[in-house]
Amino acid sequence: MEVIKIKGTDDTPNVILDAENNIIEFSGRSLPEDIITFYTPAIQWIEEYAKNPNPKTNVIFRLEYFNTASSKALLDILLKFEDIFNEGNEVLVQWYYQEDDEDMLEAGEEYSEIVDIPFEMHSY
Amino acid sequence: MGNLEYLKTIYSLHEDMLAKKFTLVYDGEITHQITKAFTSLAESKMNSYSEDSSVKRKVFHVMVECLQNLSKHAEAYEYKGNKGRYSNGIFIVGKIGKEQNEYQVITGNAVDKSRVPELKALLEKINQLDKEGLKELFKKQMREGSVSDKGGAGLGLIDIARKTGEKLDYHFVDMDEDNRFFILRTKISRNID
Repeated sequence: MEVIKIKGTDDTPNVILDAENNIIEFSGRSLPEDIITFYTPAIQWIEEYAKNPNPKTNVIFRLEYFNTASSKALLDILLKFEDIFNEGNEVLVQWYYQEDDEDMLEAGEEYSEIVDIPFEMHSY
Repeated sequence: MGNLEYLKTIYSLHEDMLAKKFTLVYDGEITHQITKAFTSLAESKMNSYSEDSSVKRKVFHVMVECLQNLSKHAEAYEYKGNKGRYSNGIFIVGKIGKEQNEYQVITGNAVDKSRVPELKALLEKINQLDKEGLKELFKKQMREGSVSDKGGAGLGLIDIARKTGEKLDYHFVDMDEDNRFFILRTKISRNID
């Protein structure tokens, strides 16, 4: 499967989508100028991945900041992984937040309430 | 207005900004570049006196959401019979400095009269909710809204209320037959709870 590696900037996150090495990761800051253009390739990759997922999928979010427009895109991504989970595959979301960033912890908790996948919260 | 009078208005503009404690006043089109420039300006200013990171994050959040509201919703209108239509919004940042008790971000933009009731209803709804209620509303809008919605499903306003822990302070000014000027004033306290 194709590997997607997007290097982050001050307004777009680092994205790694690598099925072979089992790395799925979003990190950094997310306030892209055009949300749909930025996140569509990732969504399409996950749809493709869902056809033949790894037995265990780890999804890592290590975001410093995201705007409300991105929050909707992140939910769309999580819902794609929920589909994979509902097909009987193992999926774990690892949500990282800076130790003093309560809002980021809370954002992760909110996603875990909306989406039916196991979440692990990690401070750093 | 003579040239001298005109030049003098620059001084009164300067005085006005000082008196009202405005650090930044921008009237124009809000682009992504502008958003990045203004937020990094505020960030480096706050870094210069080692502002608390949670306060910095809140100011950054509020500025981004305010600027995006302007870029998405500022209505084009004709200014006092002038040719052409203006879709400018005004964006103001209050004085930034460690001697201030709070940060202030103010936006103003034209809104078509027909959209006012809906906007007012959302603002009032947000102002009636407590912390838990805002959280539930945010989750609901996130689930039900779509990214392509021009409105961003109202997430920005809910987020501003959540991040500041304050009621939304707003006002509508009559502009002309078709438009109202929507002003939103946001304060971010520097006292950490």
